[in-house]
Amino acid sequence: MCVLTDGSRSGDTTLPGLRGTALSAASLALAVSLALGSPGFAQDRGGGSSVAVADEGREIYEQICQSCHMSDAKGGGVPGAMFPALAGNPRLADHDYASIILLKGRGGMPWFSGMLTRPQIAAVINYVRGHFNAYPDPVTVADLDRITTANPPVPDCNCGH
Amino acid sequence: MTNPILPQTRRDLLAMIGKVGGGAALYQAMTVMGHAAESQFTGPPQLSGAKPGATVLVLGAGLAGMLSAYELAKAGYKVQILEVQTRAGGRNMTLRGGDTVSELGSVQKVGFSPGNYLNPGPWRIPYHHRTVLHYCKQFGVELEPFLQSNHNAFVHRKAAFDGKPQRFRDLTIDWKGHVSELLGKALNAGALDAAVTKEDRDVLLEALRSWGVLDKNMAYTRSDKVGEQRGWGRPPGGGVNGAPIPNDPFTLSDTLDSRIWDQLGFFAEHVMQTSMFQPKGGMDHIGKAFQARVGKLIRYGTRVSKIAQDERGVTASWTDAKTGAAGETRADWMVCTIPATILGQIDLQVSDAKKAAIKALPYGNSVKIGLEMKRRFWETEDAIYGGSSFTDAAIGLVSYPSHGCFSDGPAVLLGAYPFGVGSYMLAGMKPEKRIAAALEQGSVFHPAHYKSEFLTGASLAWSRMPWILGCCATWTEESRAAHYQDLVAMDGRIVLAGEHCSYYGCWQEGALLSALDAITRLHQRASAA
Repeated sequence: MCVLTDGSRSGDTTLPGLRGTALSAASLALAVSLALGSPGFAQDRGGGSSVAVADEGREIYEQICQSCHMSDAKGGGVPGAMFPALAGNPRLADHDYASIILLKGRGGMPWFSGMLTRPQIAAVINYVRGHFNAYPDPVTVADLDRITTANPPVPDCNCGH
Repeated sequence: MTNPILPQTRRDLLAMIGKVGGGAALYQAMTVMGHAAESQFTGPPQLSGAKPGATVLVLGAGLAGMLSAYELAKAGYKVQILEVQTRAGGRNMTLRGGDTVSELGSVQKVGFSPGNYLNPGPWRIPYHHRTVLHYCKQFGVELEPFLQSNHNAFVHRKAAFDGKPQRFRDLTIDWKGHVSELLGKALNAGALDAAVTKEDRDVLLEALRSWGVLDKNMAYTRSDKVGEQRGWGRPPGGGVNGAPIPNDPFTLSDTLDSRIWDQLGFFAEHVMQTSMFQPKGGMDHIGKAFQARVGKLIRYGTRVSKIAQDERGVTASWTDAKTGAAGETRADWMVCTIPATILGQIDLQVSDAKKAAIKALPYGNSVKIGLEMKRRFWETEDAIYGGSSFTDAAIGLVSYPSHGCFSDGPAVLLGAYPFGVGSYMLAGMKPEKRIAAALEQGSVFHPAHYKSEFLTGASLAWSRMPWILGCCATWTEESRAAHYQDLVAMDGRIVLAGEHCSYYGCWQEGALLSALDAITRLHQRASAA
């Protein structure tokens, strides 16, 4: 089951021992089952999926991100009720912006630190910043670790604009 | 002979406490006595005596909004509801043949046969969700049992049993047996002498032998006794070959590979315990029951773009989705049930703390896929009546209909219900690809029939629903501590309600409890003003 919606984990908080390392399928499943332990607050859910996400940026985008930001990364919805476009998004010029949002979430968007490994987070950010925009400076796992340690405030997203 | 002063029964006692101490004292007493610990519902609010002419504007015609309107109107308020959709009910929804699913990026026409349906949102009601059950009873919504668990359904994990699904029953019995054997060994080896007394150790050994169905050597092995729990190689019969033949339990390692404790833990959760119920004919009968009572108060197709307030009242600015005409609605007070995903994008005149709370509340995603099959092969071929088969593939599970067991003709099963990764994977696919994926992944349970008996499918990805952009609020301990009270606090003349304003997130019970709390506080404020 998903860490994201069930868990008591938040922001950049991951389980001890998992930080900064690639999650094996088994350890991901472990994180998943531990995250369920909040008696009384449990939401309705299916009860089992722990499917592995790909490692390559484009595939991660297709498996996770396009469920909201759409396959062309142009976002969707109408003003006042929309997913922001990632394609041609000037906010992504800031090297750390996407990393902070993915690690901590913002607005309606959840954090992905419990669902994606740091290499996966870096890979998909580089895909979005490189393929749907033209920002060549790569984000690395070391950047994600640095941001986690520095714990900067979450910037206002351009959600809905 | 009876004593006229002291209460004679629990009921008498509770009635007395209720009279003397009011609802809060009653609830506390009931909790101490072990009743009612599951929901804070103590009965419908007794609101009355609204100031003449006092008005309330409710935003959103989901369950929270409609319950607010229903109880406030009963108390004497003049109520209007603004709803962005052309339907009422919010996430309380049922899809039937002829319905349309309009998502961002796609439109589906549902092709189910008459009588068949999919509940894409809420689909089951625990016995302790007393608020939902109360209004179902009050409004005459007929409920039937929802078959929550099924020992004969399957559990599938790619890395267990070479990917072959196993019966939930076999795995749980073997898990219990192996764990009992190991604990027995530890006790007999003296490994737990520091933790248990000799007397308790003897009791434990006896319990483990009985509960784990161990043999005389305290080993979990093939036996008739084990067969009576996990089933047989040859089941009991009559006459000459009537004697049953047990089969071999799975090994400890194989049992561990199945991670069966995940399912056991799932069913151990309070909200997953039996009894469960569902409205007969579809979950939307609850929404329709509310709509029958407050529908005339609803202005549909009305998109709110701005919410303002001053010392005299509230104003919602909106546009009519069909005509594009702009308008404003004023009222003395407001109950706002717009989901945080949308509310965070609206110009809203509330405290910075409440704005921060709204912006710090992400929504999880989930997807449901209904697959209509020509016939109930899961019943006829696999003896599965209701309940769910679980998988670690993206679909998460296959859940079998609780109603209509043994009937002929097409039936709809729930072919996917993931949150998390699986939900994003399916939501990002075009609807026809979702169906193909669900058929592919679900056929692991019923390989001979799943694809060949398929008729039609429908899916709903909550992240793609334009009026909510997600499934439900995702709180954490940290975000609760930082923001929950700010979110639910009455702000001037505005109070928020919905599942996101409750500790029963993602459940209808949370939406209703939140609404009752919100309107009770609103009424107190309005009465004092």
